[in-house]
Amino acid sequence: MKQAEALNALQPLLDDAVVVHANGYIARSSFNVEDRPGNFYMIGSMGLASSIALGIATSRPDRRVVVYDGDGNLLMNLGSTAMIAHAKPANLIHVVFDNGVYASTGNQTAVSQSVALERVAGAAGYRSATRVTSPDALAAAFSAALGEPGPAFILAEVEVETGPFSGGRVTHTPEEIRDRVAGAIAG
Amino acid sequence: MAGAPVAPERFAAELRALGYDFFTGVPCSLISGLIAVLDSDPAYSYFAETREDAAIGLACGAYLAGKQPAVLMQNSGLGVCINALTSLTLLYKTPALLLITWRGYEGKDAPEHTIMGEVCGRLLETIGVPHRAPDPDSLLEDLRWATEYQRAEKLPAALLLRPGVTR
Repeated sequence: MKQAEALNALQPLLDDAVVVHANGYIARSSFNVEDRPGNFYMIGSMGLASSIALGIATSRPDRRVVVYDGDGNLLMNLGSTAMIAHAKPANLIHVVFDNGVYASTGNQTAVSQSVALERVAGAAGYRSATRVTSPDALAAAFSAALGEPGPAFILAEVEVETGPFSGGRVTHTPEEIRDRVAGAIAG
Repeated sequence: MAGAPVAPERFAAELRALGYDFFTGVPCSLISGLIAVLDSDPAYSYFAETREDAAIGLACGAYLAGKQPAVLMQNSGLGVCINALTSLTLLYKTPALLLITWRGYEGKDAPEHTIMGEVCGRLLETIGVPHRAPDPDSLLEDLRWATEYQRAEKLPAALLLRPGVTR
């Protein structure tokens, strides 16, 4: 499936979830699908989306928290799978869009091409960990995760996309992103 | 250095009194007593992190969710967090108290600490994190300074903890 198809499949299911976005094309693509106040767009600090999400999820166990991660991002902070598995936040769903490359820098190879990250997460101790390859299966896995205690890990295989990125960059300043998401979390 | 080492129980209680309610970090032997206090009482909510930059990420998330975070680390870990500080904490302006032990202070330490011990203060200044290196007798005043700076600027502030400030 394409990255945009994956995001479009999840968009109707997000409700009032806080969604922490990894930097790169994931944040930019999602911003172009729907710019929600509960979206935290990470623009630097590669690797830390899942850590930021864990900090939110453990501080506000009453709020649904979702990570839109990338394979390159997670590989840079694989210890985060151990942190999440240990803390076991029931309200956290960790979605990894895995295209097997570092897309925004020119599609260079990532080792996720041979390392199954959902098996890493499952072995670490997430309550569920699955791999999906179609938008329908992604929506079904996400819906299932909403109905049971997390942390849940969903790896969505997405295609490598060539050619120039069609969507614009996130237009909010970092401080605007901070205040919007803090307000959305506070409710 | 002026004063006897501040008891870890007192240090932790002062942190709580100043509003800190989310603790994370990677250990250092210079603050093993403090971490033991934070880790043994669930009221402190201490998260043992795997890396210092991940601790910075965790603290950022906690701040966004309404907490007042403190991050504990050795100055070796400051090297690990430079990008997390410059492209997350300082960029988005999210406060955090950084409690950084000063290994290699005055060159008296194991060789791996020598260079970072010499440059850690300048490193913080270079990236724009203000810091103080308290004596035991000034620890409270310096904690208040760091807390007020964070509230006013929404930026992180650091205390460099030399051997003998606490345990």
